[in-house]
Amino acid sequence: MSAATSWRRRTWVAVFVAGCLPAALIGFDALRGGLGANPIAEILNRLGFWALTFLLASLAPTALKIALGWTELARYRRMVGLFAFFYAFLHFATYLGVDQFFDWGAIGADIVKRKFITIGFLAFLLLVPLAVTSTGRWVRRLGFARWKRLHRLSYFAALCGVVHFVWRVKADLRQPLVFAAILAVLLLVRLVGARPSPERRRALAQAD
Amino acid sequence: MKDDVVTPRVLYFRRREFLALGAGSVVTAAGLSLARPARAADEPSLPLLPNVKKGPFATDEAQTPYTDVTHYNNYYEFGTGKGDPAASAGAFPPRPWKVTFDGEIGKPQTVEIDELMKWAPIEERIYRMRCVEAWSMVIPWVGMPLGEIIRRLEPTPKAKYVAFTGLFDPQKMPGQRLGVLAWPYVEGLRLDEATHPLTLLAVGLYGHVLPNQNGAPLRLVVPWKYGFKGIKAITKVRFVEKQPPTTWSRMASDEYGFYANVNPEVDHPRWSQARERRIGEFFKRKTLLFNGYADQVAQLYAGMDLKKFY
Repeated sequence: MSAATSWRRRTWVAVFVAGCLPAALIGFDALRGGLGANPIAEILNRLGFWALTFLLASLAPTALKIALGWTELARYRRMVGLFAFFYAFLHFATYLGVDQFFDWGAIGADIVKRKFITIGFLAFLLLVPLAVTSTGRWVRRLGFARWKRLHRLSYFAALCGVVHFVWRVKADLRQPLVFAAILAVLLLVRLVGARPSPERRRALAQAD
Repeated sequence: MKDDVVTPRVLYFRRREFLALGAGSVVTAAGLSLARPARAADEPSLPLLPNVKKGPFATDEAQTPYTDVTHYNNYYEFGTGKGDPAASAGAFPPRPWKVTFDGEIGKPQTVEIDELMKWAPIEERIYRMRCVEAWSMVIPWVGMPLGEIIRRLEPTPKAKYVAFTGLFDPQKMPGQRLGVLAWPYVEGLRLDEATHPLTLLAVGLYGHVLPNQNGAPLRLVVPWKYGFKGIKAITKVRFVEKQPPTTWSRMASDEYGFYANVNPEVDHPRWSQARERRIGEFFKRKTLLFNGYADQVAQLYAGMDLKKFY
């Protein structure tokens, strides 16, 4: 095994462990009674926080590639994105099964009437096709260009997730606004970077 | 480079199992937390209050453990996290403390807290507490019926409302250094609500002196209203003719009204108020009109549209 490969392996394991850590901490806190007086709300809040954190982290490699030319991080993007889905799924499942205890009437009313829940639900729905098509086989099946276009939905999911958080809090907007600011930077870099380079533009003009 | 150089193939096909494992862990974690192992700090360490009488209106429902009542607080003067008040109110000095009564009363005055505590019998009142965030507790408060105190102040016929002001001191209340809410915290009641026998000025909890994080040395308790009406660290009580401003309705008037009566039929715009989670319980329970005190207080609002005056 080459030095580069073994380094990547170790980094892969490190990222994987980091992804599992927030979940492990919830388990650890549950065992030592550290989730406070309202553990269900605490679990929901923490899962939502980490879903959004990993979702934004999964968008960072592209921005860093555009802005700084770093390409190495792109290797871990899929795993980070899958962790975002993992926490989003647990967040949603906890809301359905633990918080609401499958009270479908109440859940339906929430999704229709409460706009912060509507948009949170939408964020989760947007992540589902991305998680499903996260395998190499799906990239080949869709073709890289189409797969890539599909996965741009992650930006919309992040946007919905941030709005979900902003609309949820009562008065203290500091945390959701930090997420909003990071997303704004990521989006801006992505949009500026999406403009074709001067050479490419010239080539396109000639092709016309 | 092949995919499996970076992602070990064995983990690839286990994504569904991974999700199921996660979901199972969350259910276990929630269950474990609610099973609540005995905790060390479940006893009050503050001084016991002498001569506390058993008061009326006590509910016989299971009381929320002391640790939960003192570690799950909305008291933005000490931070917006539920655990912030317990973590940062330790150094707050609840004595010496003076309370000023003024406005439309015959006997305006400033009184020392220990003197004020002699104005009325000190009673234990075991009340339900329903937070606007749809969780609830059962809390054994110790305090004085506000009505008895108001009687001694001799309100004039112009006194229609009571306006309360909390302490403003960013040195002692670190949360006030943030502009999350407009400080100081202000609250208000109609005079007939303030003099209702249920309404309490609390000075204690579980028979002991009120902890700082619960609003020491003096806080309001209005059990048929959402918890945010219960202004903490009260320094000023003014009797006025017009409805006074209140902090949360100033912050978002479409979400928090002046009355803030617990009402399962009137939702908060962003969440339902039909049910609540009693702290320590897994299943949500139905929220009761006026938090179950309708027999005592419904007549105060006879003929009023509670959807309009929320």
